[in-house]
Formats: sequence, structure tokens, C-alpha cells
Amino acid sequence: MQMVAQLDDEPAIRVRDLVVGFGDRVVLDHLDLDVRRGEILGFVGGSGSGKSVLMRTIIGLLPKRQGTIEVLGVDLARVGDDARRALERRWGVLFQQGALFSSLTALQNVQVPMREHLVLSERVMREVALAKLEMVGLTARDGDKLPSELSGGMTKRVALARALALDPELVFLDEPTSGLDPIAAGDFDELIRTLQQTLGLTVFMVTHDLESLDTVCDRVAALAEGKVIAIGPMSEMQRSSHPWMQAYFQGKRGRMLSRRLSAMET
Amino acid sequence: MSSEAALSLLPYLRTAVRDGETELVAAGAWTAGHAAELERVVDAADSDPALKRATVINMHGIEAFDTYGAWLLERLTRARHARGQDLRVLDLAERYQGLLEEVHHVNREAVEIKPQVSIAVRALEGVGRAVEDIGRDLVMFVNMLGALGLAVATTLMKPRSFRLTSTVHHLDRVGWQAVPIILLITFLIGGIIAQQGFFHFRKFGADDYVVDMVGILVLRELGVLIVAIMVAGRSGSSYTAEIGSMKMREEIDALRTMGLDPVGILLLPRVVALVIALPLLTFLGSMAALYGGGLVAWLYGGMSPEIFIARLNEAISVTHFKVGMIKAPFMALAIGIVACSEGLKVKGSAESLGLQTTTSVVKSIFLVIVLDGLFAMFFASIGM
Repeated sequence: MQMVAQLDDEPAIRVRDLVVGFGDRVVLDHLDLDVRRGEILGFVGGSGSGKSVLMRTIIGLLPKRQGTIEVLGVDLARVGDDARRALERRWGVLFQQGALFSSLTALQNVQVPMREHLVLSERVMREVALAKLEMVGLTARDGDKLPSELSGGMTKRVALARALALDPELVFLDEPTSGLDPIAAGDFDELIRTLQQTLGLTVFMVTHDLESLDTVCDRVAALAEGKVIAIGPMSEMQRSSHPWMQAYFQGKRGRMLSRRLSAMET
Repeated sequence: MSSEAALSLLPYLRTAVRDGETELVAAGAWTAGHAAELERVVDAADSDPALKRATVINMHGIEAFDTYGAWLLERLTRARHARGQDLRVLDLAERYQGLLEEVHHVNREAVEIKPQVSIAVRALEGVGRAVEDIGRDLVMFVNMLGALGLAVATTLMKPRSFRLTSTVHHLDRVGWQAVPIILLITFLIGGIIAQQGFFHFRKFGADDYVVDMVGILVLRELGVLIVAIMVAGRSGSSYTAEIGSMKMREEIDALRTMGLDPVGILLLPRVVALVIALPLLTFLGSMAALYGGGLVAWLYGGMSPEIFIARLNEAISVTHFKVGMIKAPFMALAIGIVACSEGLKVKGSAESLGLQTTTSVVKSIFLVIVLDGLFAMFFASIGM
């Protein structure tokens, strides 16, 4: 985080010529992408267009066929295990279903990365984990609950607290607001924004939520036909002439949003 | 990072005097990576008499700052405040202010720590809970038996509601696919019993009685017992795991809300498949064990197959065979009920799924053996 100022020109994520496929199906076809440091990038695309595949490839869960991926200046394919682990300390991942460890309490879930990666006294670990839970809007009492006792929104919050446990420079969020009611989703967006500002995070967010694209994202990237077909601020995206983009942003819900936006501007 | 650079990042606090006032001067990286060192530094600032008097902390010289550093700084100021002293934070870089502001609000609530209970009380509590669990298990077993009985009755009234496809599918899994391993195991056990029999009976010239032993033991007890234990481990566990993970993913609740009866749809076909499969497997297993025994008698005991069969014909009667076969469906029912009710007990976590699967296998094997004992007493008293 402290290095942000010096490295501003270097992107947090640089993807070049990436090809990923399963069997004879090519999902990502010579894809290029840059995520700038300190920005919130929203990533959109139709269901099955490969958004999650891209995210999982960047964090190294899926193998790539071709191309290079650099995260925070490190090319994962070229470095050894130690460098990989060091890099994993610097990012956090929020999975779509939360992926909390079901046999650990919420607090213990947040403590997992701390226990593995840091040398901490039990007291500091407990206090910082509780602080993280409170920062994502939970109370100390929620810390003792098991994942099966948490609601959908709380699960996402705990998962976010876990993703932020090590104060990462970069977080990956896979549909953070899906399955939340609009109020909770709005709160969550605001939370991500606040945390991004206080912690100086770079956020890579896969989402379908037009509202959160509009309210929190600095830039939006759209994925179709295995490529990034457009990237830029929301206002630019709405003016795009690409048919998929038109359908996505000028569809019924997109139109409602842009109507409201123009009403707000006037 | 070179070791020298790493050293310069080590967090520390020293005192300086400015305008006649003692102040703490912070330096190094106040981050997660140095949190352990930082905690020592902060605790020292709270106990060291030289540092204790300072009322100002100057954060100008720090290299980096994150939630960990922010929290430890907050902890230091809170400790001072608790003693009625003041500690002002000076010159913290603008971009870190928000973070400090954020941690200022957290951990305000006192967390109650549960009082420790003595070992004796905990042991007693364990015994109590175990007894309660046994009672609850009995109720659950009877409950499940009743639910299955009801499902059978409903099915008899409306035969078309019976899930034939599902039953056949499970029959294939627990019956047909289990045949090779059951045949192999029972064949080996039959052979081992015969070998042991020849080895020991030969000492007093009772070779012939090995056939009686193998025949009666296999048909009455071992055939059904071994097959039932195999099935409990093989199919009972998979029933529990399947039903348990469906319970975890709310699939069972989904069925119920669609007006479908989970017992009729999920449990009945499984239990029916077990009740049909186990007697068939028992028959096959017993035959394989007799075959194994005969083979060992021929190769090891020097008893020709003709003599073995003739001896077997004299030694055993249909009664022995019946005794074994009658037990099989009851054992299947016990395995099925335990497997299903343990599956329904699964809670949200992966750990609980594993626990219930283990419990299911242990309980059904135990029940199978208890049932076998009860049947032994029953058949003895009616002279079978």
C-alpha cells in the first residue's frame, strides 16, 4: 500500500494475449486487460461469457494456454512457490458463495490467513479480526457464529473481512452483491468504496449489478466473445455502439438507470 | 528486500524532548508483517517508565501503516485514556487518517468470555449428553420406521406414486455393483475358515467335521453378517452422505415446499432397494463362501469335491439356510433407517457431514450385530 505512490504507472494487473479453454471450447480468446492501481474495476459480461474464468485464471486456479498475466508486477508462471505465496499474501479473494470454512466460526475464518501468514500474538489476532468484522459492519457477537448460522448478507461480509484480513493491496470480488437485497447491496457497495479509500485498495469486481457498476466502479470492462470489448467509465459504456453493450446497458433495466442518471444531472 | 532494508523497516518508538515536552517518535513500518515486533514496542511504551510519561506520539517518520499498525496505535491511546492520561497523535500522513478513524470505533464492546468449567463437570456433562443422545436416537429410529411405514402404506394405496426408476437405480448401485466385492470377500472368508478348521481339527482326526462347521457357520451366521457389515460400510455411508449433502443444500426443504414427500421420494426407494438387495447378496455371498471352503478343502485338506458335497448334504439342512436368509431383510431395514436418519441430522458444515457418516456406519454395524444376537436367541428358542 505504501508503494502505491511510487508505482502508480505500473498496472496492478496486466493481462496480455490470454487464451483459456476447456477441451475444444475456447473461453478467453487473446484477451488483453489492464487494471490500474487504486481503482475499482467492474467487470461485466453475459452468463457463461468467462468472467469468473478470467478471475480464476488471474489468481492461478485455472491453467492458461497462452499469454502472460502479471499481478502486482509478478508473473505467476515464472516465479517459484515462495514468490507465489508472498504474492498471495498481498491479495484477497471473495468467492461468489463466500466459501467460508464451514467448521470454523466467523472470527476463526477471518483469522485463518493471519494464522498462516503472520506472526501474531493471540491477543492481536483476536483484536484485529474483531476490528475487521466490525469494519465490514458486523458485531463482535457475530464472530462466534458458524457459517451455517449466518444470513446471505452476513456470509458475504465475513467473506469480505477474510479477504481483507492481511490488508491486501488487491482484492478480487466475484459477484459481491448477488443474492443481496437492494438495501444490503447498496450498503455493501458503500462499504467497498469506503474500504477502498481507507485502505488504498485496488478492486477487481465481477458483477451484474448495474447499480454498483454505476456507484462504485471507477471503470467498467465488458467481456464478450472471449475478449474485452470495451473498457472505460460507465458513461462511456452507455454510449458504446457494440450490439451486446447496447443490449446490456440500454436494456430495460439499463435504460431505467440512465434515465434516472440524466434526471439527476438536470 | 535486503536484510539491511528489512532492518530499517522494523517498527520502534523512542522518546524525544521538544518544547520541554516528552514525545514518542515512531518509525519503521507499522504493518501486518511486523505486527509481532510492533506489539512488543507498543506494550513497552506502556510499561517503560521513560516512555510512559509522553503525552504526544509523533507518527511523522513511519514508513508504512495498515490496519494492524492502526489498531496497535489505537490500543496504546486507549490504554493511556484508561489511566486518565492523554496521548495525542501528531503528524500522521493524510492518507492514513481514515484508517485510524475507522479503528477508533471498533472493539468498543466488551466481549464476555465464558467461564471455564472444571474437568469433572465437563465429564459428567458429556455422560449426560450421551444418555440424552441415546434416548433421542431411539425416538428418531422409531420415527423413521413410522415414516417409512406410512410411506409404504401410501404407496400401497396409490401404487403409481412408487418411484420405480429410482428404486431400480439404487438396486443397481447397492446390489449389482456390490456383487464382485461381496463375492471376493465371502469367498476368502469361507476359504480361511476351512483352512483353520483343517489345521486344528486334524490334530484329533476330526477332518470331516470341518464341512459341518463351514456349512453351518456360513449359512446361519457369517454369510449374512459379513454381507450386512459390508453393505453398511459401502451403501449405508453413501446414503448418509447423499442425504446429508442434500439436507445441507436445502434440497430436502425444496422438495417439501413443492408438496413432495422426501420420505417417499428419497428414503423409501433407497430402503426398499437395500431390503431387496441384501438377501440376494447374502445368498450369493454364502454360495461364494461355501465355494471357497470347498476349494480349500480340496487343495489344502485333500478332500475331493464329491466328498465335500456329500458331507455338506448330510451336515446342513434348509433350516440353516432359512435362518440366514430370514435375518437379511431385517438387517437391511436397520441399516437403511440408521443411514437415512443420520443423513437427516446433518447440519450446515462439512465437518458435521463427516461426523454423521461415521456415526451412521458405526451405529448400523452395531445394530446389525445386536440384531444377529437377538435372532440367535429367537431361533434357539423356537428350535430352528
